[in-house]
Amino acid sequence: MLSALIIVFREVLEAALVIGIVCAATRGVRGRGVMVTLGVGAGIVGAVLVALGAERIAELAEGMGQELFNASILLTVVVMLGAHILWMSRHGEALARDAGRAGESVRTGEKPPRILAALVGLAVLREGSEVVLFLYGIAAGGATVGAMFAGSAAGVVLGALVGLALYSGLLTIPSRHLFAVSSALLILLAAGMAGQAAKFLIQADYLPALSYLWDTSWLVANDSVLGQVLATLVGYDAEPAGMQLLFYLAVIGVLVGGTWYVQRSRPRSGAAMTTV
Amino acid sequence: MPKPLGLLLLSLLLVPEVWAATPEIPLVIKDHRFEPATVKVPANTKVMLVVENRDATPEEFESHDLHREKVIAGGKTAKILVGPLKPGTYKFFGEFHEATAQGAVIVE
Repeated sequence: MLSALIIVFREVLEAALVIGIVCAATRGVRGRGVMVTLGVGAGIVGAVLVALGAERIAELAEGMGQELFNASILLTVVVMLGAHILWMSRHGEALARDAGRAGESVRTGEKPPRILAALVGLAVLREGSEVVLFLYGIAAGGATVGAMFAGSAAGVVLGALVGLALYSGLLTIPSRHLFAVSSALLILLAAGMAGQAAKFLIQADYLPALSYLWDTSWLVANDSVLGQVLATLVGYDAEPAGMQLLFYLAVIGVLVGGTWYVQRSRPRSGAAMTTV
Repeated sequence: MPKPLGLLLLSLLLVPEVWAATPEIPLVIKDHRFEPATVKVPANTKVMLVVENRDATPEEFESHDLHREKVIAGGKTAKILVGPLKPGTYKFFGEFHEATAQGAVIVE
C-alpha cells in the first residue's frame, strides 16, 4: 500500500505543483477557475487515452516514441508557459490591482488565455498517464488490490494537498509582489521542463548529452521527495547533462529577456492590448 | 499489409548504422524481477539494453545512475540506449515494483 502511495504521490505532485503555481499566478483573472477545472478534466481523459495508446506510442520512431512523445509534451508546455508568462507581464499591473480588492468582483477586462486550460491539461496528462498505467497493473495484479487502490487514492490526495499548500503559501505574498514572484516561479518551472525534455531527447539519442556536469545526489537525491519537489519547482537534477543545462539556461534567458521587453514596451494607458 | 505498417518496417530497415553496430544486451522482466539482475558491458562503448517484459503488467525501467526512464507495457520489449560509460556499477530498478525489480549494469 505504501509503495502505491509513494508512486502515485510522485506523479501527482508535479501536476499539483504546476497547477498551484499557475493558480496563484492568475489570481484575480476572471474565469480562471473554469479554465483550470476544464484543464484538469481534459488532462485526466487524455491521461487515460495516452495510457491506452502507450504501446502504440512506444513503437513509433524506431522504439523511441515514448521519449519523443514526452519531450514534445514538455516542450509544448514550455512554449505555453512562456506565452502565459509574457501575457502576465503585460497585464500583471492590472491583475495585481484587482486582486488586491478582497471580496470585490474582479473587473479586469482581460480574459484569461485559453492557453491556461491547455497548459494544465497537458501537465495532468503527462503525469496522469503513468498513474493510469500503474493502476492498470494493480488491477491486473491480484491479491492486494484493495490496499493498493487505497494507497493510490491517498497518494492523489496527498499530492493535491501539497499543491494546495503551495498555492495557499503563495497567496500570503502581498499582491503587489505576487506577480513578480509567480512569474519567477513560472520561468523556473518552464526551464526545468525544458531540461527534462532535453533529457528525453538525449535518451532517444536525438541529442548528445555533452557529458554529465556534477553529482549532488549525496546532498539531495533525485528520488527523494525533496528532490522531486525541487525538480518540479526549479528543475533540480542531481546529475544534469550539459545539454540539459543549455536548455534550462536558454529558456530562462528567453523568458527573462522577453518579460523585460514586454514590460518596457507596455502601453501606459492599457489601450489597444493584444494577448500573446 | 497495411501501408503504415509497411512504412514502419521499411524505416526499420533504414535505421542508422550506428544502431546496427551497437551491441545488444538482452534483459527479461519476469515476476517483477530482472533476469539477469546484473549485466556486464564494456567501458566507453554505447550499448543497447533490450528489455523484454514477460509480465502481463507494465513496468517502468528507471535508473538515476544511467539517466534513463522508460515505461514498458506488459508483454512488450523496449530498447534503451546507454553509454559510453566509465567503469563502475550503475543501478537500475523497476519503478512499479521497486521491492523486487532491482538490477545493475557493471561496466568493465
